[in-house]
Amino acid sequence: MFDATVIEKARAEGAIIIGKTSQDAFGFGTFSTNVGLGFEIPKNPHDIKRACGGSSGGSAGFAALTKQTHASIGQSTGGSIACPASFCGVAGITPTYGRVSRFGLIDYANSLDKIGSIGKTVGDAALLLEVISGHDANDSTSLKQEKEEFSKLVPEKLKIGIVKELFENCDAHVKKECLKAVDSLGMKTEEISLPLNSKYGISAYYLISTAEASTNLARYCGMRYGLHEKLEGSFDEYFSKVRSNGFGEEAKRRILLGTFARMAGFRDAYYLRAMKARTALIKEFKKAFSRVDVLANPTMPLVAPTFEAIFKLSPLQQYAMDLCTVPANLAGMPHASIPVGKHENMPVGLMLTADHMGEGKMVQASLAVEALK
Amino acid sequence: MPKQKVDKALLLRVAANARLNLTEQEIEEFLPQLQEMLEAFSKLDKLDVEKEQPSFQPIKLVNVMREDKVEKCLSQDQSLKNTKNKKQGYFMGPRVM
Repeated sequence: MFDATVIEKARAEGAIIIGKTSQDAFGFGTFSTNVGLGFEIPKNPHDIKRACGGSSGGSAGFAALTKQTHASIGQSTGGSIACPASFCGVAGITPTYGRVSRFGLIDYANSLDKIGSIGKTVGDAALLLEVISGHDANDSTSLKQEKEEFSKLVPEKLKIGIVKELFENCDAHVKKECLKAVDSLGMKTEEISLPLNSKYGISAYYLISTAEASTNLARYCGMRYGLHEKLEGSFDEYFSKVRSNGFGEEAKRRILLGTFARMAGFRDAYYLRAMKARTALIKEFKKAFSRVDVLANPTMPLVAPTFEAIFKLSPLQQYAMDLCTVPANLAGMPHASIPVGKHENMPVGLMLTADHMGEGKMVQASLAVEALK
Repeated sequence: MPKQKVDKALLLRVAANARLNLTEQEIEEFLPQLQEMLEAFSKLDKLDVEKEQPSFQPIKLVNVMREDKVEKCLSQDQSLKNTKNKKQGYFMGPRVM
């Protein structure tokens, strides 16, 4: 019927779309293990017993696996580009909220969703970002912006903030690889503390994202969207039957949590409180960016775990894995994950975050990190 | 955020609002998980947000208006292409009364 704006823009520049990759259904997951019926869980190209990360796991896994020149489109709500890029050892860029049009995207959470790029190199990811960026009248949240040539940027000396709390909660080897990379840059650094983001980020993020998701998924009721069944019973009976048969376990869990958070009687205490907390967390970021150009922290607190380890985690333990990626996503700040070393022969990712519309600095710092290899 | 005890009755109320029929097995699984999550998320109570305005978007957005003129859009046939439940050019839904 029509192409998403990002696909239209990529095609207009001569891109060849070779296919779709599997991911967590609706973006609900950190490991691409919630792929839904009929889809295969993507395996990490570095070790097939381990996950690609999620939710854009197939996009990152394929970018790592293919020998061809390739860039993938990914979508991040709470870290779904940075996480798989880190686990698969490729470069992933999540832009400022609103830089890239979401027209044609299946919504997860409207105030958080961002389409971004994944490439074997920072240059490839930056080029795809340049192509898909831009204001779009079809997306009311898309930002008016000047055209920026991210693909022409070169490494620059910048001031890097080392986020104290996000290093503290990571595996010691991951921490060591990330600190080594930042030190090797030879740039000015300053320790930055983000106590509110590290303490409250996950709670605010999951309340907001599931509340928004629960309204977005209301359309999957078997009329225009979702499974279709024989029209039987009242509308309540029909919608409930279709939704109960069609949604996977994780989708149901998030719909329940989100519906609760915005129900009469609970809305102010949960949903609205989380939205106010988000304001405090954004202010904390803005203060940090008055001191440094780019913030650095490990993308994920560990290297890609095995499927065996993942299936032992409770949903809350899985959500807690997003500790480092959630703050920048909640605040809509552009961020990149760049491979910086290995532990257990698996890639480690360094996350670099810049202020709103600061993709230029983020790409410059990312190129400098990549040049360390 | 008040200490909200999620019991089976509340879970079923939420599920009914969300138009989900839960099986006994799902109730057994989701109930402790939701209790654990809300317990963990209640740490937000410790953050003073009294003076904060809610951020419904991470970046301030202004209303975008376009000129009120008819533009190209999907045809009736295209709009109905993905649904099985249609009749005489309309979406057909379940009975309401």
